[in-house]
Amino acid sequence: MVETTLVTPAETHRPNRIKWGAIGDHTILILGALLMMLPPLLALTTASHDAVTIHREGLQLTLGDDLGKNFRTAMFDKGGFTQTVDGMLMLMNSFILGIGFAVGKIVISMMAAYAIVYFRLRFATLAFWVIFTTLLLPLEVRILPSYEAIQKLGLTNTYTGLIVPLIASATGTFFFRQFFMSVPEELAEAARIDGAGPWTFFVDILIPLSKTMIAAIFIIMFVFGWNQYLWPTLITTDEGFFTLVRGIKQIVLSYTDSQIPEHGQALALAIVAMIPPVLVVVFFQNWFVKGLTESDK
Amino acid sequence: MKRAGFDTIWLPMALLIPQLMIIAIFFYWPAGWALQSSFFLQDPFGFGSTFVGAENYTSLLGNDQYKRVAGFTILYSVLVTFFSLAIALLLAVKADKVIKGAKTYRTLLMWVYAIAPPVAGFLGILFFDQSTGPLTKFFQMFGWDFKLGVDYNATATAMVIVAVWKQIPVNFIFFLSGLQSIPRSVREAAMIDNRSATGRFWQVTFPLLAPTAFFLLIINITYALFDTFGIIDALMKGEPGNNPMTLVYKVYLDGFRGNDLGGSSAQSVVLMALVLLLTVFQFRLVERRIHYT
Repeated sequence: MVETTLVTPAETHRPNRIKWGAIGDHTILILGALLMMLPPLLALTTASHDAVTIHREGLQLTLGDDLGKNFRTAMFDKGGFTQTVDGMLMLMNSFILGIGFAVGKIVISMMAAYAIVYFRLRFATLAFWVIFTTLLLPLEVRILPSYEAIQKLGLTNTYTGLIVPLIASATGTFFFRQFFMSVPEELAEAARIDGAGPWTFFVDILIPLSKTMIAAIFIIMFVFGWNQYLWPTLITTDEGFFTLVRGIKQIVLSYTDSQIPEHGQALALAIVAMIPPVLVVVFFQNWFVKGLTESDK
Repeated sequence: MKRAGFDTIWLPMALLIPQLMIIAIFFYWPAGWALQSSFFLQDPFGFGSTFVGAENYTSLLGNDQYKRVAGFTILYSVLVTFFSLAIALLLAVKADKVIKGAKTYRTLLMWVYAIAPPVAGFLGILFFDQSTGPLTKFFQMFGWDFKLGVDYNATATAMVIVAVWKQIPVNFIFFLSGLQSIPRSVREAAMIDNRSATGRFWQVTFPLLAPTAFFLLIINITYALFDTFGIIDALMKGEPGNNPMTLVYKVYLDGFRGNDLGGSSAQSVVLMALVLLLTVFQFRLVERRIHYT
């Protein structure tokens, strides 16, 4: 800053303008944050009211007295069409799907990626193409034939039928392949000179080296598995296998069929369905962002 | 493949088998079966099927309802992609610029990523509730008698809004990381060359962001085509009726509710071709973007 007694209009003006700019930036960001935050927050506040209030007045801005009651009823009272499922069971199924899918996908794709990258195989190129063609067709596109296949195998209403077909895509393998390619060549060479076999190298060197990547992929895959809707809708017709996300429509329908829809309880379940993936994404943000932007989905 | 690879045969075979088996059973078998059954007409009561050649495809092209659904899918993809990209870009540029609270903003703007589409759709139902929904009231202020699930345009609008909202975080994350990877020296040089912030953005930042934007374009189209199923299903409350729907939803509807296996398979194959086209673009892009070091 030049110290001078003569203050030119430009100098008095500029600091002001910069401040206004920053205020503008923050205003836009705050509005954006509100846009993203408000709907789930309103869901929470509304879930704390009784059915009559929600039915008559809609979304609520303030906290009411029924938050605990709505959550208790939604989680522990048997409901659904068959009166046999409660929120806890669906929560458990959601965890089975989320974790089962993420772990299964990571184990299977790491093994395949290791085989493709680190071995001189005649059919490695063929295996590569066989696996990577699956990237071309997401499950949604081949949903009907996949369902037929599962039905022929008698796997409807099983965790296997729910989880394994979702793993049949190369996203994980592709990601680990990319990562293994970026590992320095010298590492494998050095390991070989030291007498480490391919299995020792994989377990003792490569897997520990991939820890961050595994964590990042786990977060993305957990959220992806947890949030599955179309596939579970087709495969699980038995309410005992419903996940929270899969059950949400049935819940909403069965609650809204009554005279006064139990929106409070439906919202409580929706919030329970949001919390685990949201917590994972928020707490492991750095890994998650790294995994997302580097894996290119 | 690495230069310094191992020579063992049995280990890589054993490592590849689980993945190959899963893919064979749950990918190649079903995909092949879809292709095959798209040329057959299935008896609605399950008594065999007749070979009809390309009839399932030609009847798709002549079907007005299918054309309407295809038209809506295109419009829907364009709107969802455009608005979620535009809003996310604006927010990312601002989040990249501010110094105070940058991390907090990032967290607040990205966590909706973790919300499942049908859950977002359910929240949408409450916001667009016919008598109490705040957004319904907003549209009514402009004299639009907004009726979700009854009025085609109203349902379509709600579907677009919820889908855009749900997709902003992904785009925001990619744009922000794209912006943050622009070297400081480039920014400083641009600072000297161009004093107007808007000019700097369009002449320097935006071209540098173009690869990210193009990649996101494909991600967003894929999202609008496939991942919005839950949103659409929730917002039409289980009653397709006169409501708008995307091509994927129609595959589901015809195949599982209408029992039109051949027609649904033909639709699947059309979708496969569409995705194939998109992915070829994407692959070329990914190969260009990633440099193995």
